[in-house]
Amino acid sequence: MASITLQGITKRFGEVTAVDDMQLEIANGEFFVLLGPSGAGKTTTLRLIAGLETPDAGSVNMNGADMTPVAPALRDCAFVFQQYSLYPHLTVYDNMAFPLRAPMRRLDEAEIRRRVERVAAMLHIDSKLQRKSTALSGGEMQRVAIGRALVREPRVYLMDEPLSSLDAGLREELRVELKRLQRSSGATVVYVTHDQVEATTLADRIAILEHGRIQQVGTPLQIYDQPQSIDVAQRLGSPTINVLPASWFAGTADPRAMHVAIRPEDVQLSAAAGSQAYAVIECSLVKHLVVAERMGVEVRARTMLDQALVPGAQVQMTFPPKHCMFFDAAGRRLAA
Amino acid sequence: MAEIRIQNLQKRFADFTAVRDSSLVLEDGKFVVLLGPSGCGKTTTLRMVAGLEFPSAGQITLDGQDVTYLRPRERDIAMVFQLFALYPHMGVRDNLEFPLRNEGVPRAEIDKRIKQVAGILRIEHLLGSRIGGLAGGDRQRVALGRAIVREPKAFLMDEPLGTLDAEFRELMCVELRKLHERLKTTTVFVTHDQNEAMALADHIVVMNNGDILQADDPHGIYNFPSCVFVARFIGRPPMNMLKVRGAVAAGARQVQVDGRPVDVPTVQAPAENALLGIRPEHVRLMPPGEGLAGQVKGVEYFGSHWIAELQTDAGVLKAVVDKGTRPAEGDRIGLGFDQNRLVLFDADTERLLPSATTSAHRPSMRHG
Repeated sequence: MASITLQGITKRFGEVTAVDDMQLEIANGEFFVLLGPSGAGKTTTLRLIAGLETPDAGSVNMNGADMTPVAPALRDCAFVFQQYSLYPHLTVYDNMAFPLRAPMRRLDEAEIRRRVERVAAMLHIDSKLQRKSTALSGGEMQRVAIGRALVREPRVYLMDEPLSSLDAGLREELRVELKRLQRSSGATVVYVTHDQVEATTLADRIAILEHGRIQQVGTPLQIYDQPQSIDVAQRLGSPTINVLPASWFAGTADPRAMHVAIRPEDVQLSAAAGSQAYAVIECSLVKHLVVAERMGVEVRARTMLDQALVPGAQVQMTFPPKHCMFFDAAGRRLAA
Repeated sequence: MAEIRIQNLQKRFADFTAVRDSSLVLEDGKFVVLLGPSGCGKTTTLRMVAGLEFPSAGQITLDGQDVTYLRPRERDIAMVFQLFALYPHMGVRDNLEFPLRNEGVPRAEIDKRIKQVAGILRIEHLLGSRIGGLAGGDRQRVALGRAIVREPKAFLMDEPLGTLDAEFRELMCVELRKLHERLKTTTVFVTHDQNEAMALADHIVVMNNGDILQADDPHGIYNFPSCVFVARFIGRPPMNMLKVRGAVAAGARQVQVDGRPVDVPTVQAPAENALLGIRPEHVRLMPPGEGLAGQVKGVEYFGSHWIAELQTDAGVLKAVVDKGTRPAEGDRIGLGFDQNRLVLFDADTERLLPSATTSAHRPSMRHG
């Protein structure tokens, strides 16, 4: 259990500034997600918290104490990597027990057994405990890697895309399991992902990262409903939010507005009427998506249709004012 | 350009049957995905098409020519393997040229093709690089490039994206699909990942335990699954299944679920026991007292919508809920279904029960 504060953290690799003067406060017991594209600095931030990287400037605090000079092993953080790294010569049981037998902890074997068996049952690997770790499938190996972090019951869990190597069904199952586990244990989790589904379903709060900087921090609802920039608006939401020219909204928009953004599920689709017609480009009954074009601008609408619209068909699209968001030339949100 | 036909194909390894009596027409120019869990026979099928395995019985034809027992190099088909099968000691250009030099293609032609392929894959700037120093995605592009330069009649790909990290996998899916739009070369692609299948395929062949369960376009697979396995394998969250009370007669337009009548498309075959299948986005939440009674067990936020887990006396199901209405844990609600979206399965055979809507759908792929 711990709160984490990053104060003005900067990390450079040669010419590249991976993390740029970052300020972040993560509360005790929070499920905190770092979301961003690759190269945004998510993993570097996580490694700085773990102590696997040393910052060029700034400090890492836990529970108010400066941890910047403290060695990784003494920070009591459990790290789960994207690529499982297990000891190939050990059984599943011994892999999971390994951190508990480390000289620093050296728990008694009865306690180790209790913890390993409890976590293994939760991750559905209890029948595999006596197997060599190399005799497992990829999904099972990743579960063992997660399990090895869970048995430690550390102050903080640091997870770097732990589910991305699993198949869709298992990913969903473990996602729900991880959230349940975090809620019941009250552990602090810092979780790196590029997957927005993981972000919105797992997070208490999300930080959107880009170019080593935090773009916005908030609850999933805040980030989705009230993005403060075009970049953030486009980061969350599938299909991606529509960005339309403000000239289409002349008279209704703030004169400083350059772009108007509206979510695909808020676009209303109807039969074509008059000069405002859009030509259908793509229509998917599986994704419940219609993509149509007008004056070179593509618009995505999420809608349930029984019959597919053929490409080229004419439709009407309307944008209810209460769902429109206005942004200036620099991509900053304007008040409605 | 190639049409691949598979007729009554079988493959046995000792007493294990990897592929059982499969027949399939892979149309010219289509991107066909073989989809299924590990051990379903998809890779074995692909390897037989490639000539890396010979079938125990059956026939494979390529544009009408029987290629069943031809060696791989005699088939004019390019295989892209899961692992980056590149020569690490050679540069990018040499890796691309290698298959052409082997075939004795003239120098001028080689240069022309390399230039073209490098342009398509945007790897012109890497031609002088060594393989060792490339990032994962660039390596995969080079591996793709090496398949393309041969201008084969068909591409065969065995989980080519499996080793990439998640974000790159999605980008490569888009890349591959674009490449296919430009080249229109018949492609057979093996994966266990339904997202890849849905993103890439013109046609999807779902396999399990050596059998082809369904072959159709993504719309047909998603909306008219041939059996419970396909219905649950495709779609996240998967299709909901509710127990129907009592037998279902041919001609029925209603079934009983949890003591309440549910309108369904006219059933065309009887079943002793049946399951009602409905996708989460076709479940409607209503005030309590209306429709089927349920209680909210949990909700997950997806931005554009919520997914609610609902407990009913007929089983647990999931529903997609509009972002404007957040159901809270513990809420009592009523459940309704879009009648035309309902499908029924025979609970004993787990096969789709034909109905007015499912019979009206024509699968876009020939198999069986």
